[in-house]
Amino acid sequence: MALKGLDIFKLTPKTNCKECGNPTCMAFAMKAAQGSVPIEKCPHLSADALATLSEATAPPMKSIKLGEGHTLGGETVLYRHDKTFVSRSLFAVSVCAKCFDEKMPEIEKIDYERIGEREYVELLNCVYDGDKDAYAELVKKAAATGRTLVLECSDVDAARAALEICAAGKPLLNGANEDNYAEMSKLAAEFGVVLGVTAADLDKLHDTVEALEKLGNKNLVLDVGTASVKDAFASAVQIRRAALKDKDRAFGYPSIVNVGKLAPGDADMQTALASLFILKYGSIIVMENMSYAQALALYGLRQNIFTDPQKPMKVEPGIYPLNGADENSICVTTVDFALTYFVVSGELERSGVPMNLLISDAGGYSVLTAWAAGKLSAGSIEKFFKQFDIENKIKNRNLVIPGKVAVLKGEIEERLPGWNIIVAPNEAAGLVKFFKELKV
Amino acid sequence: MPFKRNPQKFSAAVTPVTIGTGERAVTLGGENVMPLYTFDAPIENRPRIGVEIAEPGFEKAMPGLADYYAGAETIADLAKKAAAMPGADFIAINLECADPNGEDRSVDECVEMCKAAADAVDMPIAVIGCKNHDKDAKLFEKISDALQGKNILVMSACEENYKTVAASAGLAYGQKVGAESSVDINLAKQLNVLISQMGLSTDNVVMNVGSAAAGYGFEYVASTMDRVRGAALSQNDAMLQSPIITPVADDAWNVKEAMISEEDMPEWGPTERRGVTMEIATAAACLASGSNAVILRHPESVAAVSKFIGELM
Repeated sequence: MALKGLDIFKLTPKTNCKECGNPTCMAFAMKAAQGSVPIEKCPHLSADALATLSEATAPPMKSIKLGEGHTLGGETVLYRHDKTFVSRSLFAVSVCAKCFDEKMPEIEKIDYERIGEREYVELLNCVYDGDKDAYAELVKKAAATGRTLVLECSDVDAARAALEICAAGKPLLNGANEDNYAEMSKLAAEFGVVLGVTAADLDKLHDTVEALEKLGNKNLVLDVGTASVKDAFASAVQIRRAALKDKDRAFGYPSIVNVGKLAPGDADMQTALASLFILKYGSIIVMENMSYAQALALYGLRQNIFTDPQKPMKVEPGIYPLNGADENSICVTTVDFALTYFVVSGELERSGVPMNLLISDAGGYSVLTAWAAGKLSAGSIEKFFKQFDIENKIKNRNLVIPGKVAVLKGEIEERLPGWNIIVAPNEAAGLVKFFKELKV
Repeated sequence: MPFKRNPQKFSAAVTPVTIGTGERAVTLGGENVMPLYTFDAPIENRPRIGVEIAEPGFEKAMPGLADYYAGAETIADLAKKAAAMPGADFIAINLECADPNGEDRSVDECVEMCKAAADAVDMPIAVIGCKNHDKDAKLFEKISDALQGKNILVMSACEENYKTVAASAGLAYGQKVGAESSVDINLAKQLNVLISQMGLSTDNVVMNVGSAAAGYGFEYVASTMDRVRGAALSQNDAMLQSPIITPVADDAWNVKEAMISEEDMPEWGPTERRGVTMEIATAAACLASGSNAVILRHPESVAAVSKFIGELM
C-alpha cells in the first residue's frame, strides 16, 4: 500500500538533522512517499521502521537485470502518457539443437543503428527438447555468440548442466512451474540467475510466485503462457495492471511472452502479436524467427513506444546524403526532431533527387517550435555550417530551408554569402512535387 | 493470498456507429472496456477491416498485389476482388487520383467510380478523399448524393471543410462522417464538438484521430488513442466516444521500409514483404491502442490482421 508522507514522518526522528540532504524531516518524508528519495537515506530510522517502510515504498514493479546491461520491468505506469515507460521490450528468437546453425546467420544479419539505438536480437531462447547432451551443446554454441540467453527448460538436471556452461552471461532460466519451483529456485539462486515462472492460469501463477517469494526468491520473470492468444494477452494485461494499479506485489515482475508458440509457423501473425505485446506489457517477446522486414517494423515501433514523452527523440546533427548525393548535390536543411527527420527524409527519398540533408542541432524540437524557441535561426544555421565545414565539404551552393521558416531567408543569405536560399513548401507532403520540379 | 481480479468495466461506452446496410452492414464501437480487453467484459462488435482500392492500375506497383487483382479491368472488378478477400468487412475507395496537384480527376469521374464499385459489392463503402480539402468537400457531397441509402462513410471531414462535409454528406444525404484530426486529443474533441453543433448526432460520426507508421512517431498515435479512450470511458466524455477508424495502408506503404527496392537494400529482402509486415505491425498497434477499424491494402495483411482480431475476440 502506498504510504502517505505523514505516515513516514511519524517514524522519522523529527530532529531535522539534514543528514539525508533535506531541510526537514517532513520534507524528506514527503519526497520518500513519492518515491523520489530512497527511504534508506535517513540514517536514524530503526531497523523495524526501515523494514516496514522499504516494503511499503518499494516500487510496484521490480527492475530485473539480465545479461550484460539489459534491464526489464521497473515500470510505474500503465499508459506512457502518465509518465513514461522505462524498460523497452527485449526480443528473443528461439533456437534448438537442430535449427541453431541454420537460424544464427539470419539472426546475425540484423544489427543496425536507429536514432542512436542498437537494434538487434538481444536474446536467444534456447529450447530444451529432451536430449540433455544436445542441449548442453546448443547452450555452448549460443553462449559463444555473446548474446544473452533464455533457457527454456523445466528439467532440473538439464538446466543445471546448461547453467554450468552459461551462468556467467547472466541468462534467464525460464523453467519454474507449480511442480518444480522449489528445485528450480534453488538452482537459480545457486547460479545467481533470474528465474522464469509459468503456471496453468493466473491463480496458480500467483500462488507459485508467492511460494517462491517465501523461499526468498524475488528475482523473477512471469511467463504469460501459451494456452491461447486470448489468454496470453489477458494474462499480460492483468499481471501488469494488478501490479501497478492494484499494488499486488506478487505480480510486480516483468513478463515473458512466446509469440512463436502462440502462432507457430505464421510469421505475419507473430508480427501482429509482437506489435500488440510491445504496446501491452511484454517485457521479453520470443519469436520463432526474426526477418529483416519484421525487425524494421517492430524495432521502429518499440523505439517509439519506449521514448520518454518529456524528451523528444533526436537525430544526430550532421550531413545525411540521400539518393546517392555527393558534394555537387543540392543541400536541404531541417531540424533534429526525429519525427521531422523521418517524415522529411522519407519524402526526400521518394523524390529520387540526390541531395544532402543537413540536420542542425535544434534541441529536438519541430521546425516551428525550434524557431519560436530560438533554436533554429539564421545564426544556428551559420554555426552549423562552420562546425561541419559545409563550405569546403559541399560544392553546390543551393540550400533549401523549411517553408515554415521562410522568414529566415534574408538573414541566412546575409550570413551565408554566396549561397542561394530556396524556400520549400510548408508541409512535407509537398516535397516530392517541389523537388521534382525544382530547377537550380 | 489468491489473485484478486479487478475487471475494469466502465459505465460509459464507445458509441456504436453502423455503416452499410442489410446483412453486410458493420457496427463499430459499443464496447465499455479498453481496446481488446475481452477479459474485462465481452466486446460485442469486433474491430473491422476495410480493404483499400483505388483507380484501376494502383495494384500494378506490387507483384503480389497485381497477382491478386489479375484480370480486374475496372473499379467494379477491383471492388469485387477486394470484397472476396477473406477477412474483408468493407471496401474503402481511395480517391487520391482526384488531387488537383496530381491527376486531378473530375468530381463526375470519381462519382462514377464510387457508384460502379458500390454497385458491384454488397459490403459497406468508405470513401477516402484526396487530402485537398476543397476538392474533398465537393467529392463527398456528390458521392453522398449519388450513393444515397447506402449508408456510406466519407473520410474525412477536417477542420477546414467539416462544415460542408457534415452538412452535405451527413445532414442532407444521411451518410456517416469521419472526423479527421491529427494526433491531438484536443483537436479531436474540438472537431467532434463543432460537428455535433451542426446538428449531426454522434451516432453518425466516427473519428480518424490521425496515424503514423510503426517507427514514425507512433508514440503520439498510441498516446492520443490511449487518452481518447480514457476520456471516453472513465470520464464519460461524450465528445470523444466516437469509434476510431484508422487508414493504416496510406501510412504503412509510404515509408522507406516499404518502398526502397531490394536492389538498393539487398539485406532488407523483398520490398513487398516489408510493406506487408509494416502494414500488419502498424495495424496491430492501432487495434491495440483503440482503433475500431483499420483500412489495409494487401491481401496478406488482411488475412493476418483478421486472424489476429479473431483470436483476440
